[in-house]
Amino acid sequence: MASSSRVLLAVAVGGAAGAVLRFLLGEVAPDGAGFPWTTFAINVVGCALLAGLELLPLARRSETWAAGIGPGLLGGFTTFSATSEQGRSLLAAGDTLLAGGYLLGTLAACLVAVGVVGRIAPPLPREDEM
Amino acid sequence: MSDALWVALGASVGAPLRFWLGRRLDGALPWGTLAVNVAASLVLGLCVGWSVDGAALALVGAGFCGGMSTYSSFAVQTRDLGRGRGTTYAVLTLGLGLGAAALGYWLAG
Repeated sequence: MASSSRVLLAVAVGGAAGAVLRFLLGEVAPDGAGFPWTTFAINVVGCALLAGLELLPLARRSETWAAGIGPGLLGGFTTFSATSEQGRSLLAAGDTLLAGGYLLGTLAACLVAVGVVGRIAPPLPREDEM
Repeated sequence: MSDALWVALGASVGAPLRFWLGRRLDGALPWGTLAVNVAASLVLGLCVGWSVDGAALALVGAGFCGGMSTYSSFAVQTRDLGRGRGTTYAVLTLGLGLGAAALGYWLAG
């Protein structure tokens, strides 16, 4: 087992890289006032990639790399807080249907992505689900 | 561009904090991941309520909250918990997350 401080460092570095990538995508294609498509797409893609982590030989070989890429890079890339806040903001604006569609639509699309990729990828070790 | 550095700094604290809490608290239900997702929603709601912007929003909002919260782990865990517990986990996470964002926004007002 890799030392836990090395694994934590890998999660920190991966998380920083994933968050910066999300931030830059948001600069290129800001979410705007309607359906937050950019955050939606980021979350769906990040979920699909995490479900497929074990397809990557590097992640299968090394606990440190698996943590850096899974809980680190992909955990930092995807965001739950922005989705909650966007849902709150849409509700506050009176767009109840849009808010519900966004919150439930994100969940549904992410679960479908995880399910589809999960059919071809080996299951994740419990640690890498975090 | 320098905002990206603030994002990196915030996430380099938030992401390992999530991982560490997940290792300690995730059990029959992933309580650690649930807690960080709800906490990050609360803090982001506060930031928006206080109209935090610029470098501070990059550091705390996109960086720390975005790095600490995760949709990818949440979705994979929901799948692996199966229909019953997975539904409970998903409903709790979405409901408490939305409530926390609203509470943060309200507290800031």
